[in-house]
Amino acid sequence: MVVPVQYYLALSVALFALGVIGVLIRRNALVIYMCIEMMLNAVNLAFIGFADYFKAVDGQMFVFFVMTVAAAEVAVGLALIVAIFRNQGTVYVDDLNILKW
Amino acid sequence: MMDYVWLIPLLPFIGFVINGLVGKSLPKGVVGTIGSATVGLSFLITLVIFLEFLKLPVDARSVEKVVYTWMASGAFKVSVAFLIDPLSLIMMLTVSGVSTIIHVYSIGYMYDDEGFYRYFSFLNLFVFAMLTLVSANNFLLMFVGWEGVGLCSYLLIGFWYEKQSASDAGKKAFVVNRIGDFGFLLGMFLIFWTFGSLDFKEVFALALKYPVGSGVITAITLCLFLGATGKSAQIPLYTWLPDAMEGPTPVSALIHAATMVTAGVFMVARCSTLYVLAPFSLLVVAAVGAITAIYAATIGMAQFDIKRVLAYSTVSQLGYMFLACGVGAFTSGIFHLMTHAFFKALLFLGSGSVIHGLHGEQDMRKMGHLKKYMPITYWTFVLATLAIAGIFPFAGFFSKDEILFHSLVSGHTVFWGIATVAAFITAFYMFRAVFMTFHGESRVDPHVHPHESPPLMTVPLMVLAALSVVGGFVGFPIIEGANKFRDFLAPSITPLIHHAHYPAWFEITMMAFSMAVAGAGIFVAYKMYIKRPELPEKVTQKIPVIYDLVYNKYYVDEIYDATVVEPIKNGSDFLWHGVDENVVDGAVNGSATTIGWLSSHLRKLETGFVQNYALAILIGVVLITGYLIGR
Repeated sequence: MVVPVQYYLALSVALFALGVIGVLIRRNALVIYMCIEMMLNAVNLAFIGFADYFKAVDGQMFVFFVMTVAAAEVAVGLALIVAIFRNQGTVYVDDLNILKW
Repeated sequence: MMDYVWLIPLLPFIGFVINGLVGKSLPKGVVGTIGSATVGLSFLITLVIFLEFLKLPVDARSVEKVVYTWMASGAFKVSVAFLIDPLSLIMMLTVSGVSTIIHVYSIGYMYDDEGFYRYFSFLNLFVFAMLTLVSANNFLLMFVGWEGVGLCSYLLIGFWYEKQSASDAGKKAFVVNRIGDFGFLLGMFLIFWTFGSLDFKEVFALALKYPVGSGVITAITLCLFLGATGKSAQIPLYTWLPDAMEGPTPVSALIHAATMVTAGVFMVARCSTLYVLAPFSLLVVAAVGAITAIYAATIGMAQFDIKRVLAYSTVSQLGYMFLACGVGAFTSGIFHLMTHAFFKALLFLGSGSVIHGLHGEQDMRKMGHLKKYMPITYWTFVLATLAIAGIFPFAGFFSKDEILFHSLVSGHTVFWGIATVAAFITAFYMFRAVFMTFHGESRVDPHVHPHESPPLMTVPLMVLAALSVVGGFVGFPIIEGANKFRDFLAPSITPLIHHAHYPAWFEITMMAFSMAVAGAGIFVAYKMYIKRPELPEKVTQKIPVIYDLVYNKYYVDEIYDATVVEPIKNGSDFLWHGVDENVVDGAVNGSATTIGWLSSHLRKLETGFVQNYALAILIGVVLITGYLIGR
């Protein structure tokens, strides 16, 4: 059975939109992080869908890159969040305003 | 040796650097030796070059030595290059020679001063600038020296800067000189604009193509002459020189008598080619010179500060030099410049010796009868006074007589008359100074014990005295070929007068006449200050208005204050408080306030929440994508 590319894209758009909304409205840095991951994975899904549709392997290649970058990003990002938490006692972005004039 | 001409200005500069940088930690003897030796070496090199130069044939007596190209931009090219010709050699010899003597004298005079090393480094810098000025081969390098001597003049006049009057005098000299320098600059611009070069040789060669009396050359020469009036203390820019007496006395001798003030005369002589093409400018030069000569002389009659008398006599003698240039006798002007350098340096150093011996007293009313205490100073001073008065056979006689002679035979009878009267006054006030200082009753403060100065000071006096006595013979008149000075200088100068032959009796009569005039001046001074000391008092009471006028130097300083200085001050005040504080600062502060007000509102856009920015980015992306798709 072949899943039409439209399905892939629809799911991808839905995931991406969820991610964007999450980034914009959530206040917990950890949740924002997970939403960013979700957006990345939405893009990955679109890549996969197109790779299948065009019968080209390039898209799948890209997914590996994105996953590598995302993994690295998570490592750094989580480290930052831990550091912020240790320093400020909170990871709520509204409270992290010490640079604001 | 001529290849080493650059050493002549460089050596004093080295002295300046050494004394200026490390002089403070050197013993005074070393500082003085460095200062004097560098200048003395310059003098020796000049002398060697001079002797070498004499061997050259007359038509080859103009050597240019390019050291390096200073700047080149398109057609504009200026080199650091030296011109060795009779005129520059005579100037270099005079400057370095007299400077050496004065440096040696200064070691004795300034020995107790705290700023000893500072003094010597400035003095060396001055000699460097002056030697650059006279040996340059183009207008720009000359201007470097021109400005350099102005700067050193400021530094040395204000040497005792803790004294308000000294620092004021320094500033005054600098500002007044700047006015003249402005004229020089304009002249230089005009020269470049007209001839496309600043090189003396090129400019003078091109200038010969212009007709006599052409407008542009007249403008150039007048501008340059304005520079000369500033540097050489002529009307209307002479006021700085009498005030310059605030500096140490050897400085007055070096800068304000023997060398720096002669720069203007030298420059006019250097540009004789241009001046000869501009009869109107020559007339202006002669008129300014003659008027200054008599004007300053009259002021000199009524001064009591011994240095001020000498200062006004310097202004007056410079007037003579310009008169000589103005009537076309440039050689006579330079001749007088040289002899004047000898006897005026001597007069100043002599007065310095008097002041030194009286522990700083400068008022002639508190002197008198010093002959007994300072015989060497007295006799050398008298020799110099005889020279400046123009008594045969002292140096000043030959040069002054030549000027008087040329102003008469060139048809400037009025100027000749003025100069003759000025000669009479010169003899009068100079002997007045001698009589008041060295003769008559002693009016010295009883607590002060006058003493003769140390040999370090009296030996220079004697050397200069010897020069003042014999210096004139190089320009011996009447006998054909005896005027070595004129013949030597001839290749550098474009003369206006073609020396027609005048019968010997005519020249001798002229000499006898000028001697008689000088003698009359001396006699009157003798009558008034030796025979009947009560006479001056009576005379001043008879003509109180005129006396007041002269005593107060015709109120020129006050007039300048009221007409120039005050308006400028008020104008500056208005520009400061009115324009600068309100308009300029207002605009600056106003724009800052406006921006601040705007920012305080715009600031609200910057919430500091990352998510708000992310939203903005998202909206942007959506809008741009929407536009690209829907296009």
